[in-house]
Amino acid sequence: MQVIAEAIGHDYGPLPVLENVDLAVREGEVLAIIGPSGCGKSTLLSILGGLLQPSRGRVLLKGQPQADCLNPLTFVFQDFALLPWRSVAGNVELVLEHHRLGSAERRRRVADALARTGLSDFAAALPKQLSGGMRQRVGIARALAVRPAVLLLDEPLSALDAQTRELLLEDFESLWVRERTTAIYVTHNLSEALRLADRVAVFSRRPGRLKELVEIPLPRGQRSGAQAQVELAALHDRLWGLIRAEAQSAVTELEHG
Amino acid sequence: MAEAVRELKFRGGGFAPGRKRWTALVFFALVLGIWQLAGSRGWVSPLFLPSPLAIFEALRAEAISGNLWIHLTASLQRIGLGWVLGTLAGLALGLAMGLFTLARSVGLPLVSAFFPIPKIALLPLFILWFGIGEASKLVTIGMGVFFPTVVAAYSGVDTVPRNLVRMAQSFSLPYSAIVWKVVLPGAMATIVAGFRITVSLALILVVAAEMIGAEYGLGAFIISAGHLMMTDRLLGGVVCLSILGLLAGTGITLLERRLLHWR
Ligand SMILES: Nc1ncnc2c1ncn2[C@@H]1O[C@H](COP(=O)(O)OP(=O)(O)OP(=O)(O)O)[C@@H](O)[C@H]1O
Ligand SMILES: [Mg+2]
Repeated sequence: MQVIAEAIGHDYGPLPVLENVDLAVREGEVLAIIGPSGCGKSTLLSILGGLLQPSRGRVLLKGQPQADCLNPLTFVFQDFALLPWRSVAGNVELVLEHHRLGSAERRRRVADALARTGLSDFAAALPKQLSGGMRQRVGIARALAVRPAVLLLDEPLSALDAQTRELLLEDFESLWVRERTTAIYVTHNLSEALRLADRVAVFSRRPGRLKELVEIPLPRGQRSGAQAQVELAALHDRLWGLIRAEAQSAVTELEHG
Repeated sequence: MAEAVRELKFRGGGFAPGRKRWTALVFFALVLGIWQLAGSRGWVSPLFLPSPLAIFEALRAEAISGNLWIHLTASLQRIGLGWVLGTLAGLALGLAMGLFTLARSVGLPLVSAFFPIPKIALLPLFILWFGIGEASKLVTIGMGVFFPTVVAAYSGVDTVPRNLVRMAQSFSLPYSAIVWKVVLPGAMATIVAGFRITVSLALILVVAAEMIGAEYGLGAFIISAGHLMMTDRLLGGVVCLSILGLLAGTGITLLERRLLHWR
């Protein structure tokens, strides 16, 4: 399934946040969205996922999700958004309960999602008993359980410490090497984008516009070799050049009100 | 010259009042002991402050004669029924106010206007409307319980993190499932904390209502003992109230452990 943003614009009251965004997410790709703080990345993701009505423009869906998909557009949240009163398995089950699945199929999906995120031994644990990284894994397991057509991730790693982030990055990497789930991945972090994405959408500061779409021509999982590192470093410089000026003026804007 | 070396002084680890069961019990026993001593040594007149043993004796006599149980049952029935009615109605309005704009716009001024009225002041009016029997007392207790429950329920709904509701919506959970599985459990802590307040309110109101006009009930028991200057019986009734309050508090603690074990 393809997600296409057509001339999306959004205002919060008098504050224009997004301006004329055209963006077509390709089937099976990981699209990273980067841009300075407050440029409307989260707003755009909410619009693309149907959680916010845009002031202007529209979102189109092309093609059908695969047959076993229960929730085509599925979010992974920065703050995990787990129900603290439900166990790990219960949190995953929550998003299956309102679908017509046999209880065997439901249990199978929960077990499978937990297995794929390394949580099988923690099925009965409560969120408060888990570390931040484990909690986000529950968020990912919950998303995988509905077999999404498009994953929408809003800075899924930014609430985590550096080591945990690295471990989950590896998880994401192998997830997207194994199966080609379309994903839109919002991040502040250039190296996350360079590790995971097929394309990087660079946004200008508020009101956010799509400034440039940068292809990363290296297949995921083959980005650690010396030659690849050279190419990635060049891409890093190029992307940093694009956002540096934007980020700087966004910061001075904040400082001077 | 060598620098003087001194050990770093501990400056405190944050205020953390703990709990020591034994201290409480010992202190309680000590107070009772002194009280008993004051009575048996004749330091205070038994008419004004009967000793703990005298109170216990009076209470035992009432229990054996069956009198105590009649009063106790009458009060318990009123508290139970009045509390359940007030709580159900309060939860209905409070949850509606938490969930719907219309209910909130209507309910909020209503609650602000009626909440501060001491409900016992309305008892004479309720007696005119519903007669001197059970109904007027139940309505008084119910009203007393109703308003705090409304407030607890809608502020409980307000405390449910919005991102959880958004999460549920992003997985296309139906509205009813969001209410049952996300909003209600999230509001439960505040609602149960409200129970703690409403149960003691019900206890206060039942006694007040029974003192104004009832044949049976702990309030009537206490006031009639007062008229007869039987202070041991009077205080016996007060002890019963204290025990009831303690039991209710324990019950709610158990309920909290059951419903909120995840915290
Ligand atoms: N519900 C809202 N009401 C009003 N203003 C909002 C709302 N949500 C966001 N904004 C404002 O809109 C702008 C864009 O917000 P958004 O969260 O989309 O930015 P972002 O790019 O995700 O930022 P960050 O990198 O900090 O996450 C910000 O200036 C923010 O203050
Ligand atoms: Mg954001």
